[in-house]
Amino acid sequence: MFDFSIVTSSIHAWLSEYLSQGLAIFVECVAVGIGILALYAIIAIIMIYMERKVCAAFQCRIGPVRVGPFGLFQLIADVIKMLIKEIIIISHSDKFLYNLAPYVVIVGSVLAFACLPISQGLEILDFNIGVFFFLAVSSIGVIGILLAGWSSNNKFSLIGAMRSGSQMISYELSIGLSVLTVVALAGTMQFSEIVAMQSSGWLLFKGHIPAVIAFVVYLIAANAECNRGPFDLPEAESELTAGFHTEYSGMHFGLFYVAEFVNLFIVSAFAATVFLGGWMPFHVSGLDGFNRIMDYIPGALWFFGKSFFLVWVLMWIKWTFPRLRVDQILQLEWKYLVPIGLVNLSIMALCAVFGWHF
Amino acid sequence: MNISLDTVIFVVLALVIIVFSVLTVTTTRILRAATYLLFVLFAAAGIYFQLNYSFLGAVQLMVYVGGIIVLYVFSILLTSSRNMDDRTVKVPQSRFWTGLISAAVGFVICAFLILKNTFKEQVFEYGEVKMDVIGKNILGMDKFQYLLPFELMGLLLLACVIGAIVIARKR
Repeated sequence: MFDFSIVTSSIHAWLSEYLSQGLAIFVECVAVGIGILALYAIIAIIMIYMERKVCAAFQCRIGPVRVGPFGLFQLIADVIKMLIKEIIIISHSDKFLYNLAPYVVIVGSVLAFACLPISQGLEILDFNIGVFFFLAVSSIGVIGILLAGWSSNNKFSLIGAMRSGSQMISYELSIGLSVLTVVALAGTMQFSEIVAMQSSGWLLFKGHIPAVIAFVVYLIAANAECNRGPFDLPEAESELTAGFHTEYSGMHFGLFYVAEFVNLFIVSAFAATVFLGGWMPFHVSGLDGFNRIMDYIPGALWFFGKSFFLVWVLMWIKWTFPRLRVDQILQLEWKYLVPIGLVNLSIMALCAVFGWHF
Repeated sequence: MNISLDTVIFVVLALVIIVFSVLTVTTTRILRAATYLLFVLFAAAGIYFQLNYSFLGAVQLMVYVGGIIVLYVFSILLTSSRNMDDRTVKVPQSRFWTGLISAAVGFVICAFLILKNTFKEQVFEYGEVKMDVIGKNILGMDKFQYLLPFELMGLLLLACVIGAIVIARKR
């Protein structure tokens, strides 16, 4: 596998020749920040195109085809349209909070995005508590949604925000439990180490039954955490207009929209990293020839391939199942997923202690 | 004058903490106070990360930003009946002066302690504390380990949860 840390360390050495240590680190931070925002925007655009095509396929339509080959330029047109739209300022609202809310959502989302290792040596935030940090920053978004709902001074927005808040807080618990199950198996919380230990087999296969249960629970809870799929109650069009972002227009609405799509990518990429090996190619221990062939496919391709596969699974779920009622959503979480997660965690603890895994 | 990157970051974070903590107590809108408090907690987490104690920083984000502030905002949203005009009542003159005096006394005590205390030489230690070291310290029974406080905290939280259920169930 190609190790990207060679590239990054050579860039650092080159910058250190001309600048002092602190300034070089500062320049690198700015460069990484610009890079991650660009990648964030590109992934958002890809996700929106994918959503349209997948949605169209499930509804027996074709999707965008007119503008450019396969309708690819439709997205560019949409982005330009979104950027030049007027941002409407509502008169009876708390303007500071109203303008702040989309950025709180984006900050949480970008911080979580920065945790994901894309290829070997290509990770931005790699603490030894990486998984925990990821869970912590992904809970910031709730505040942005609550503030948006409140400051819009609109009943629909407020109800949407309250629903969204209660839903996201509840499902965070299931996400935490299922992730904890994998951490118990892996024995580490650092993303790079979790990926590295999957070189002899992905954790989904290593942890057999409890890992598969944790994977399914994680996918359900992650879908709810993104306010998508059958859990898109907070923005149920037929009852609440558009939920917490009813009053937003132009790029402020665009930020919510982008954050929602990239959050879907982030939870899928997280699942791909933790359960399906991230950038680690598909290895079968013992078959060295096969493993070597797999190593020729670059890590970033594996990472994005697995992530977009999981994105596709979640979109499939979204366009197949009908929307749940609010009491059904909370019932599913508190009466089914949390007990399953707790039992599953203890099973995994037993497996990890007695070595009943591969 | 040699300003290192660490100093610049520290000064920025400290300024954010000072400005927003003052704004938290001076603003008249309750939800804005919660938002300013959010920034203060963010900057505090930033200082933990700067000290390379990423575990405490992540706990700060998880518990305070993702937990306490969300709880505050939720309770404000549920209880505040007057919609946008949730401005606080004007503080009476006497209470203003008592508050000011107690704040001044607190400031003097803190300043006295800080100036009187001889601090160890400040060092930025690069490198993180290992996760299993933290875990063993929290759940260990030896000297300087914290199993008993940890269990007590768990008991306290359980009591809180049961109390909340008893209050919320109206049957």
